[in-house]
Amino acid sequence: MEDLWSNLFWFLAGTVILLIVSLLHVAYLTYAERKIIARMQQRLGPNRVGPRGLLQPIADMLKLLTKEDIIPAQVDRPVFYIAPFISLVCAGTGIALVPLWENFVISNINVGLLFILALSSLSAYGVILSGWASNSRYAFLGGLRASAQVISYEIAMSLALLSVVLMAGSLNLGDIVRAQINSPFKVYLIPQLIGFFVFIVSAVAECNRTPFDLPEAETELVAGYFVEYSGMRFALFYLAEYFGMLVMSALAVTCFLGGWAGPFEVPYVPFFWFVVKVYALLFFYIWIRATLPRYRYDQLMDLGWKVLIPLGLINLFLTALIKLIF
Amino acid sequence: MSGYQGIFLFGFLLFLLGILLVIANNFLALKRFNSAKFKPYECGIDVSWDARIPLKVKFYLIAVIFLVFDVELVFLYPWAVVFEDLGWFGFVEIAVFVFLLLVAYVYAWREGALKWE
Repeated sequence: MEDLWSNLFWFLAGTVILLIVSLLHVAYLTYAERKIIARMQQRLGPNRVGPRGLLQPIADMLKLLTKEDIIPAQVDRPVFYIAPFISLVCAGTGIALVPLWENFVISNINVGLLFILALSSLSAYGVILSGWASNSRYAFLGGLRASAQVISYEIAMSLALLSVVLMAGSLNLGDIVRAQINSPFKVYLIPQLIGFFVFIVSAVAECNRTPFDLPEAETELVAGYFVEYSGMRFALFYLAEYFGMLVMSALAVTCFLGGWAGPFEVPYVPFFWFVVKVYALLFFYIWIRATLPRYRYDQLMDLGWKVLIPLGLINLFLTALIKLIF
Repeated sequence: MSGYQGIFLFGFLLFLLGILLVIANNFLALKRFNSAKFKPYECGIDVSWDARIPLKVKFYLIAVIFLVFDVELVFLYPWAVVFEDLGWFGFVEIAVFVFLLLVAYVYAWREGALKWE
């Protein structure tokens, strides 16, 4: 009985801690993005609130909390209310499946990889429902573009992950990491270089980030599908976007970069290498935002359907052949 | 710490957090009524018709091709997990299956379903 209660306690505590830590990461990801992009453009970035602007995310949160929550007259109310929650929950829940270290995973299930893929496809519903419910032209166009883009790139992403599953022989994320540690190269990045490339490009497109941020292209669609949202509902979409980046980076680290394993053990901080790899990928996301211009829509669809999907299929069959021969 | 309850708890906590934030927002924010605020955002131009315009058939085509590929992937995932046990037999079977779908893919490509003007 006592065992049951202590198990339950640790389970609850772990979930709450993970939630708080990932929320803090999401908040400071926005700060890091503004600061890094500012440096790349030879500006200073936020530096007024707190030392070096470190309290900026908190100030932003408080500001959004006191902004008026406007529901335009023409919207479809129930759908308009529920869409940001769909986005947030589907984008954020994936982090609970990722093994941060050998003994810390909130939910260690056999179909972890499939579950993350399912969640990331479901988050397309938040986008398309908000675009439709807003009953505004910009939002509608943004929602249409986003859904077409997300479904196109999802195939390429699944194909890239399929090669990883093929090599590891399991859908459990913890088993995938263990299989990597026991493989000759220690990480799947080297044998799966094509797969990693396909995955990263599709992950950027799935998160609607530059250079694939057509659904929210500021210069033509103002903000895309959430243009009619304001106050905290708008912030929920914002949170969902950055949560999506975090989950995609964590998934890339788990599937391609060897998860919690590193060149040497760091005492007392078992998740050190995992966090370092995630930060490197997040920096990469921000870096390409500062570097690359936006794609045109037809180029975007061509890249997804005519380059990434054939590449993913070729990579899958090459992996299968090599695995059969050796 | 294992099993599905973790995901559901995490998702529920996120949902709860979102609800709490929206409720707090509604308590804290000023509310000033102004009918112009509740119009759709159109850069000041009066809205003359419904925003839900008929959409291009391209989007529908993309969705149909996506469906075909997604079902294909659903078949491929279990295959990838048991690949080692199946060996060459599984490889050839799946190669035939994917080849048949590739014929459809090439057909759709040549018919211009993937072309976007």
